[in-house]
Amino acid sequence: MLKALVIGCGRVGSSIALQLHQEGWDVTVVDENEDALSRLGESWPGTFIVGHGMDADLLREAGIEDADALVAATDGDNTNIIIGQVAQKRFDVRCVVVRILDPARAKFYAERGLNIVCPTSVAIDRLMEATRACAVPAAEEVAG
Amino acid sequence: MYVIVAGGGKIGANVTRSLLRLGYEVTLIEQRRDRFEQLEDEFEHQVQRGDATELYVLERAGIARPPDVVLALTGDDEDNMIIGQIAREKYGVPKVIARVNDPRNQPHFDLLGISPTICATSSVMALVEHEVPEHDLIHLLELRRENLEIVEVQIDGDAPATGKSIEALSLPEGSRLISVMRGGRAEIAVGSTVLEAGDQVLAILEPGKEDELRRVLLRR
Repeated sequence: MLKALVIGCGRVGSSIALQLHQEGWDVTVVDENEDALSRLGESWPGTFIVGHGMDADLLREAGIEDADALVAATDGDNTNIIIGQVAQKRFDVRCVVVRILDPARAKFYAERGLNIVCPTSVAIDRLMEATRACAVPAAEEVAG
Repeated sequence: MYVIVAGGGKIGANVTRSLLRLGYEVTLIEQRRDRFEQLEDEFEHQVQRGDATELYVLERAGIARPPDVVLALTGDDEDNMIIGQIAREKYGVPKVIARVNDPRNQPHFDLLGISPTICATSSVMALVEHEVPEHDLIHLLELRRENLEIVEVQIDGDAPATGKSIEALSLPEGSRLISVMRGGRAEIAVGSTVLEAGDQVLAILEPGKEDELRRVLLRR
């Protein structure tokens, strides 16, 4: 069974944890806030650990040493960046995915070999696409 | 010399004041509005408001010049690490000094090559070790780049090393005695130096050799 660590159990982290679990992964979730467990539903069958994802002892307890994947999805960009690098460089986790909201930092760390998802850039692209899709026929109408 | 200071808490503000007094050009970056406004009264245009982990904030402060030194002194270790990485690796800042708030994060700073670092907790602990007699081996100095450290060992009467010359001791590989302090006077340790009870010995060694050294000198 593939093992995943999800750090941060907000809207994003909890959804990822639930989906990975549905897809057959062994999932451990880490969040500073005990109440975040409720986001995982009434009967979360995976592991949930309360603590800070930068704490190396806690990461070991969460099983980072034999994890196949780690998703850093706390609400702090910098926390995610550090956790991602620690997972990759110190614990040799094969698949590390890091959420960074700030496009500038996302670009810099993507260039340095981190696997980054930047929701802000994704949102900008989609919004631009949607806006262009409205604007193009209107422009043609004007031209016609 | 140009210095950017990230974080205008007690440490950042005092360091900024001291650097300005020495005649350096300094820009201090502080995120919190209340703190910023207080700092602005004193430092005027030399303090800017913003999150020092944002590239545009750093650029506005002149990181692209680049400064001679960046001091990452915020209260958040993750921020200090990010500031250090961006300053060094994106903008080629030659020297970054970072504050470690939680000593448990020290390995992360080391992993990411953020050095030198300063940690108030570790400094206090080193002083406590120095003052409290139960600590028979005291860490005096860590030479991170060299991966060596300097420690002080107190030789007492029943220590196995008492009465022996240094060359007769089988000191662990990767360790060496530097000096012997006796009766208020220090002498460079040589092979023929004979250790006596009450000596304070300085040793240089690779980290992790403390226990072996302790065994040879003190049998503990």
